[in-house]
Amino acid sequence: MAPEAKTGTALPPIGHGEPTRRDFLTTAALGWAAVGGAISLWPFIQQMNPDASTQALSSTEVDLAPIKEGQAITVLWRGKPVFIRNRTKDEVEKAANVPVGDLPDKGAQNEALADRAPATDQNRTKKGHENWMVVVGICTHLGCIPKGQGLSDQRGEYGGWFCPCHGSTYDTSGRIRKGPAPRNLEVPPYEFVSATKIKIG
Amino acid sequence: MSDHEPSYHPSNPFSKWMDSRLPIMRMMHGQFVDFPTPRNLNYMWTFGGILTFMLVVQIVSGLVLSMHYQPSDAEAFNSVELIRRDVNYGWLLRNIHAVGASMFFFAVYLHMARGIYYGSYKAPREILWILGVIIFLLMMAAGFLGYALVWGQMSFWGVTVITNLFSALPLVGTGITKWLWGGYAVSGVTLNRFFSLHFLLPFVIFGVVILHIWALHVVGQNNPTGLDIKTKSDSVPMLPFAIMKDAFALAMFALVYAWFVFFVPNYLGDADNFIEANPLSTPPHIVPEWYFLPFYAILRSIPSKLGGVLMMFGSIALLAFLPWLDTSNVRSTKYRPIFKWFLWAFFFSVVALGYLGGKPAEGSYVMWSRVFTLYYFAFFLIIMPVVGLLETPRKLPSSIMDAVLGGGGGPTAANAATAAAEKR
Ligand code: HEM
Ligand code: FES
Repeated sequence: MAPEAKTGTALPPIGHGEPTRRDFLTTAALGWAAVGGAISLWPFIQQMNPDASTQALSSTEVDLAPIKEGQAITVLWRGKPVFIRNRTKDEVEKAANVPVGDLPDKGAQNEALADRAPATDQNRTKKGHENWMVVVGICTHLGCIPKGQGLSDQRGEYGGWFCPCHGSTYDTSGRIRKGPAPRNLEVPPYEFVSATKIKIG
Repeated sequence: MSDHEPSYHPSNPFSKWMDSRLPIMRMMHGQFVDFPTPRNLNYMWTFGGILTFMLVVQIVSGLVLSMHYQPSDAEAFNSVELIRRDVNYGWLLRNIHAVGASMFFFAVYLHMARGIYYGSYKAPREILWILGVIIFLLMMAAGFLGYALVWGQMSFWGVTVITNLFSALPLVGTGITKWLWGGYAVSGVTLNRFFSLHFLLPFVIFGVVILHIWALHVVGQNNPTGLDIKTKSDSVPMLPFAIMKDAFALAMFALVYAWFVFFVPNYLGDADNFIEANPLSTPPHIVPEWYFLPFYAILRSIPSKLGGVLMMFGSIALLAFLPWLDTSNVRSTKYRPIFKWFLWAFFFSVVALGYLGGKPAEGSYVMWSRVFTLYYFAFFLIIMPVVGLLETPRKLPSSIMDAVLGGGGGPTAANAATAAAEKR
């Protein structure tokens, strides 16, 4: 700086010569300000994520006793519909006999299992309660609610659920078989708290 | 012809005092009174003024609606009914706003078609055009968010389907949807934030509109010949010529608008939206508002989820690249004998996609959606660059004035009338 003042010339053109102490300080200060700016954005972004009260509402108990074989009910869990179906023997058998290789989505999509667990019917139900199919009733395509809970509903050619929005067809294990949906219906985390009662979440 | 040198002469002491402190009147005079406009503008050039008017109408009517509207899961639907039945003139204000959104989109589509037909996106108007594409995107966001506020079945399921589009993105997808919803599904929390954003966006649009008009007034208006203004006789001052034409067109537009508002306010709406949102039951046939249908058809025509989403956003993003996709050095399609046919086929495809987007996604509807989607993309990515290089354009008139007086392009009746009025 001092020689500059003496000769009265302007700063050296950018890209010429060694970076000066001023270049360093300017870059460091701007970099630090950018970090500060980015950090202060965080609360403004994070506030939009589910709040504590929404997260707290995350478990629901359901009594299964009134659901007869072949019937189904829908309950709300975290604002999402959950399908609970008491499958017939025939339905269980059909679901169990499908080779995983035939499925468009080979992942179990069961929150209780590892990501790579194969989509066998076994991996999508609880041991000893194979007749109970519990899945989140949201089509994995664009979020419509598939038909198939009511006895008179259209269930699609695989006998499970059929999404009217763009025609995704699920089998009795809630696995996608046909149509644009990319994934099997999600199995939520749940457990049997007694022989006829489950707790979802 | 009146002289269009700057003619602002502050006459009273106040305007003189003001002029030396904040010369806003001088600026307005220069930009909206003396501003040189091509003398051959046709009625397709009146939609800019109409769009500005519609933005103001939406802001004013929206502001008063927001004084009665309640953005909560429990009350939203009821408060809209309350506005329609109990609030003084609420029925009118609500119709003005709801029909206004449709009229706004109707005008913007014609405005954009005009830009494409007459090559208004070409140099030096690229920035002007891109600002327009940004406004269009913001309008789509505003329209989508506003439709959610009614909290009927179609609002709820429209929001569900559209927000779920983001879940198609690999890795970040589900995180983004949860973040947008503020929960694990669309809920009252989502509605509340949509209301905030719906309130905000029109003011953002207003800001971008100012930039859009600024860019326009730097480079000047295009016109049906696509020629630049070369001499003073090619242009007329904005007031009274362009302003009067704009005012007449606006009055005609307002007549159609009023007809919808007073006689068929729900014609453009959907019956399912008179049923309150129910997260447990999906209507059998989800359709967005008419102005989104062409893009919805593109989305559905692609069998893969991610692919559909990318193509839909891509179809809009492509518009921003028009200035570089079009290789012809003639602006106006009037002088492009080959391109003309492809362009009309493009307009036809967009309308056809709009029709198909409203039909169920099955059978031949899907097949035709694919055909027209293919043409939509081929038009921008293949036809525009290639035809521009191969085609021999028709002979251009030597100037705008020449075109008006019958040399070359041939004047329309409206242009001839303006010219005649001029000569007196
Ligand atoms: C770009 C301008 C705007 C557009 C395109 C737009 C669009 C819409 C649409 C499509 C609806 C749903 C109408 C229906 O079907 O009932 C709506 C509703 C609403 N808008 Fe806007 N809007 C705009 C500006 C505004 C502004 C500036 C405000 C507030 C200051 C506002 C406040 C509201 C409110 C409170 C509702 C819900 C009541 C109702 O549905 O009638 N809007 N808007
Ligand atoms: S949302 Fe179910 S098929 Fe599209």
